[in-house]
Amino acid sequence: MNAAQALPAAAGGLQRRISDLLYTRRGLLLLALLAPPLLWFGVIYLGSLFALLANAFFGIDDFTGQVVREFTLQNFVEIGNPANLDVVRRSVTMAVAVTLTCVLIAFPLAYFMARYATGTQKAALYIAVMLPLWSSYLVRLYAWKLLLAREGAISWLAHELHLVWLLDALLSLPAIGGPSLSFSAIGTFTVFVYMWLPFMILPVQAAIERIPGSYIEASSDLGASPALTLRKVILPLALPGIAAGSIFTFSLTLGDYIIPQVIGDSTRYIGQVVYMQQGVAGNLPFAAAFSLVPIVVVGVYLWLAKRLGAFDAL
Amino acid sequence: MRSDPRASFGLKTAAWGAIAFLHIPLALIILYAFSAEDKSYVFPPPALTTQWFGVAWQREDVWAAITLSFEVAAWSTAVAVVLGALAAAALARASFFGRDAISLLLILPIALPGVITGIALRSAYGTLHIPFSFWTIVIGHATFCVVVVFNNAIARLRRLQPNLIEASMDLGADGFQTVRHIILPQLGSALLAGALLAFALSFDEVIVTTFTAGQQTTLPIWMLQELIRPRQRPVTNVVAVVIIALTFVPILAAYWLTRADEPVHR
Repeated sequence: MNAAQALPAAAGGLQRRISDLLYTRRGLLLLALLAPPLLWFGVIYLGSLFALLANAFFGIDDFTGQVVREFTLQNFVEIGNPANLDVVRRSVTMAVAVTLTCVLIAFPLAYFMARYATGTQKAALYIAVMLPLWSSYLVRLYAWKLLLAREGAISWLAHELHLVWLLDALLSLPAIGGPSLSFSAIGTFTVFVYMWLPFMILPVQAAIERIPGSYIEASSDLGASPALTLRKVILPLALPGIAAGSIFTFSLTLGDYIIPQVIGDSTRYIGQVVYMQQGVAGNLPFAAAFSLVPIVVVGVYLWLAKRLGAFDAL
Repeated sequence: MRSDPRASFGLKTAAWGAIAFLHIPLALIILYAFSAEDKSYVFPPPALTTQWFGVAWQREDVWAAITLSFEVAAWSTAVAVVLGALAAAALARASFFGRDAISLLLILPIALPGVITGIALRSAYGTLHIPFSFWTIVIGHATFCVVVVFNNAIARLRRLQPNLIEASMDLGADGFQTVRHIILPQLGSALLAGALLAFALSFDEVIVTTFTAGQQTTLPIWMLQELIRPRQRPVTNVVAVVIIALTFVPILAAYWLTRADEPVHR
């Protein structure tokens, strides 16, 4: 390491004095480092969130459609009406169903990645999970539009396998069926699961990787069957990872308004109501109030997840 | 180490099934770009052609959308790298009151549903009477990109050996020289990886953008319009492949740059 020799003899001047000051006064250094990001987040982001909160307590003039800046709780009363509560209930049900399904699909893959895959295979699997996670949300949604279309690949496959009756039976189910897969709640659900699955796989894999192999050996030495080991040893220790993944699957499902707009029947979810209220209806105050619903639900969920130890696995 | 070195057939099937589930839709996108059919999403495609790539190349609205998305992503990334690196430097080793609150604040824009960040910015712009512009998009994007740079930078800083910094100081370098000659060379590739991921994230973002773009059309907004009201399916198919290709490059590069650090997280 000759880097030090190459350095010019440290100049006395101003630079040195500032450097010394920052080195001896750690608080000052911290302040200098933190000021720009804190200003950005404090002013722009938190400022916006407060503007949102303030708007939720404003009303709207029925004739002019202008926002009236007077304190009112009218928006929150409106959230309580049956149609809106229905939207909240449907969104939360969807988020729970998507989360549970993601756990079921993610767990075997995560377990395989953590305990069996090695070397190149492990790296390849990791990339195979990470690529969909980071690649375009809209393109992946578009792929499902192609897959689920009436003339698309899934219908074709059902036809080839003589399973058209099964598809038709699925679509004729009340509440979740519809005229075709891309216009049914089944379609919406499938796409949600697909979109958020990688967010579940990675934390679960990390959690399983941390379980010492000796625990599993001990369990089988003591006579437990693999199923019992899974239930009594692996699952409890993987739970923080599952909880961490579920924060993403739950929160992302709850706030999304594009997936149900592109794939699904015309029933609405929280995100769509917020989007339409601020856009088409021009009722920013109500949209603001309604957008607080997912914040509260996610907040409650985070509190539950914290109790399960999810944050240690993030 | 393991109770059984070989995975059972059922476990293997479930694991590879999940991988197939993740990748078949992406493979389909590539197939459809070559489909000769232009009226429906029929499968299998009746014939294959490369003509739509030429058609898409000529489309000025597509080029305009790509250009806008590139510019937005470049500026957002630049802001995010500066803010993310500073925050990571501050939080990497220090422990002080409010430290956890700050990291929570940085994560919040992606932990809360995008619709909330979007409508929050929208109401702030409305309240302050700020008209929509290029910069209203950049402000939104930079805000949720910071955490990506921050995560990569802090993972690298934690691995950095403090005695190198002490050695540098002992040998008479001042703080600025140490940053320039010791810290930055080691932090560089993590910052680059963070920047690439931030770029990919911004390039692809649609939910916050719909609230902050006004009448401007970024590439994801162009794509969204086609998803809701398909008008030119073949061009959309080609654009979808181009987007996949454009985002895979930075993601793979970022993975390669940070493969020794902790896994890449959002």
